[in-house]
Amino acid sequence: MDVRKTYKLFVNGEFVRSESGRAYRPDGKVNVPRGSRKDLRDAVRAARTAFPGWAGRTAMNRGQILYRAAEMLDGRAAQFVELLGSGARARRELDQAVETLVWYAGWTDKLSQVTGTVNPVAGPYFNFTIPEPTGVVAIIAPEEAPLAGLVRRLAPALCGGNVVVALAAESAPLAALTLAEVLATSDIPAGVVNIISGQRKELLGWLASHMDVNAIDVAGCTPDEVKAIEESAAGNVKRVIKVTSKEQSPYLIAAFMEMKTIWHPIGV
Amino acid sequence: MAITKKQSTDLSGVPTKSKISRGGLAKQVFEYAPAPESIDHVKIQPRYGLFIGGRMVEPHSKKRFPTINPATESKLAEVVDADEVDVDHAVKAADKAFDSWARLSPSRRARYLFRISRLLQERSRELAVVETMDGGKPIKESRDVDIPLSAAHFFYYAGWADKLEWAFPNRKPRPLGVAGQVIPWNFPLLMLAWKIAPALAAGNTVVLKPAETTPLSAMVFAEICMQAELPPGVVNIVTGAGKTGSLVVSHPDVKKVAFTGSTEVGKSIQRAIAGSGKRLTLELGGKAANIVFDDAPLDQAVEGIVNGIYFNQGHVCCAGSRLLVQESIAEPLLEKLKRRLSTLRLGDPLDKNTDIGAINSRAQLEKIQGLVESGIEEGAELYQPECVLPARGFWFPPSLFTNVSQSYRIAREEIFGPVLSVLTFRTPNEAVEKANNTPYGLSAGVWTDKGSRILWMAERMRAGVVWANTFNRFDPSSPFGGYKESGFGREGGVHGLLPYLELN
Repeated sequence: MDVRKTYKLFVNGEFVRSESGRAYRPDGKVNVPRGSRKDLRDAVRAARTAFPGWAGRTAMNRGQILYRAAEMLDGRAAQFVELLGSGARARRELDQAVETLVWYAGWTDKLSQVTGTVNPVAGPYFNFTIPEPTGVVAIIAPEEAPLAGLVRRLAPALCGGNVVVALAAESAPLAALTLAEVLATSDIPAGVVNIISGQRKELLGWLASHMDVNAIDVAGCTPDEVKAIEESAAGNVKRVIKVTSKEQSPYLIAAFMEMKTIWHPIGV
Repeated sequence: MAITKKQSTDLSGVPTKSKISRGGLAKQVFEYAPAPESIDHVKIQPRYGLFIGGRMVEPHSKKRFPTINPATESKLAEVVDADEVDVDHAVKAADKAFDSWARLSPSRRARYLFRISRLLQERSRELAVVETMDGGKPIKESRDVDIPLSAAHFFYYAGWADKLEWAFPNRKPRPLGVAGQVIPWNFPLLMLAWKIAPALAAGNTVVLKPAETTPLSAMVFAEICMQAELPPGVVNIVTGAGKTGSLVVSHPDVKKVAFTGSTEVGKSIQRAIAGSGKRLTLELGGKAANIVFDDAPLDQAVEGIVNGIYFNQGHVCCAGSRLLVQESIAEPLLEKLKRRLSTLRLGDPLDKNTDIGAINSRAQLEKIQGLVESGIEEGAELYQPECVLPARGFWFPPSLFTNVSQSYRIAREEIFGPVLSVLTFRTPNEAVEKANNTPYGLSAGVWTDKGSRILWMAERMRAGVVWANTFNRFDPSSPFGGYKESGFGREGGVHGLLPYLELN
């Protein structure tokens, strides 16, 4: 007889039930927590608290941690392939997710060399521009490719030093909730990634209007959802990140970054 | 129309307000003779049309409004309050011009921009005078900052026009289409340059709406486009108020929206174009902290503080409007600062000795007065140097508040006037906390002699521009833009091209 797992939300490095006590059964069998507005707020607070520490890690350290996440994910390949429905397609999706983590792990300490600049201003000043993480990023995972789709958006955000509140694919949340177990054993500090499952219709609005969320990635949203999100996002001038392409690219990391320019006089 | 200039630096009696302490720390011991810039070489037309399809056209709108000199309140010219039909004409002209402009050989696009840059230099004094008369800023600022930087901006982006594929490795950058651009009144020509130069270099065409109170330098710029023989429709300029601006940004054929102005309007634009798929960049308000540590060279810091908040009457989105001073040096620093304030000369913006010009409009003056009154009511202590305001025009003396708590409106809201709020801190961590305790994130200043502390502070400022041991420096090669509610996207540098390109 199996020892079954109770699926939980992942908030502040802990596996918790929804404070609402609600559940839904997307596949008709397994109970999945139906996260609430309060769960999102807890997750945003955890993320905000974790932000300075994660952004302040050395780039090399973030790379090592992302690489470890790839190791942990690959180590559980069989479990994920099964969660994704078995077969070649599931295997491909798992491989893609692992590859994405490895690829972005190698970008942490190169991004500022590729996107940063030293600016030749017309005066006696040293002036340079560096990318910095924008802060708390909300990610709406796409419904298709519930693992690779999420990792494709999660990895570039984390790579640059952002912290994340992710909404798992509503129709297939198990891969995302299990990914939390991978992240929890990868030395990613508590609160850096938070994963909430539940109903998009109920939760999107709260994420889009939350005043302490700096950016929202709408890769998994319909045009109508994007419009509503963009309207709410204006409340605190959120960056709305719309990436439909499945490629991996440093431009996708840069989409989660701010450019900071620093001036200092040169003189004796 | 004759342009009259009745102002003189001989400022005559306006009763001082009660409730404010007037300092007389270092009364000026000598007077300056008037040194007005000549204006006889400048021709402002009595009325302007709209610049659409390469020429000045008669508008559809029958409504016009006056643009005045805020230092004298006299009318300079009448401009069109462009309506929906006018905006549609402008966007159609830009749309029509787009294909051939985008397909024009990049090196020829570059040459047009170089030409514009040169023409701006050639007509620099005329532009400086127009800018000062229409906006109220001191002539030495328009002459030495606004106009040279505008020309430099075009020169910088001219060079990018035929090098775009070197800017974005592994990508084929493509222009977006018609850019709708709305700019503010604090640096009219410079903001025009920040908007138009990168847009054109990237191969887009533009419809630009200058601010309601400062349309004239954009009208001179329209002449420059004609002089440069820029292909018709590549640049279109429609004048008007907020309504015209909202028509520009919400026009369905506008593919890219760029706005510089208040956070409030920026949010309404973000809302208005939600779901449209238009690309957006916003450069909005700020409430920058200018942080002075106890080891900073105080005299230099005082100059930086003055430049940070009184430059352009404080009508600067990145102004250092919150002075955070380390407690141990608060007293001597404030004494030096107050002494320095008493030497600032307020008056005729066209006078070459003027440090502080006119407030841009009556509405802005009332906003500043309202916020200053709130500061007094909430318990802060106002200091203003002895300063006689001219009888006509809109003026506000350089002011500073002490005893300011972080919760006061004057410490939280963008005043956009010559008003400094002084707060103190004890430790570097406290300075970081206080500096970042704002929804804005445009700029920050740090003054200290310790190199490691500069870098430590710069790392922690949640702001797009950090000036260390300097303030309010700008350069076309230096990206500028905000964190948080100060907006998104960068203007200047290679980063300033990105908002105008599709990277495929």
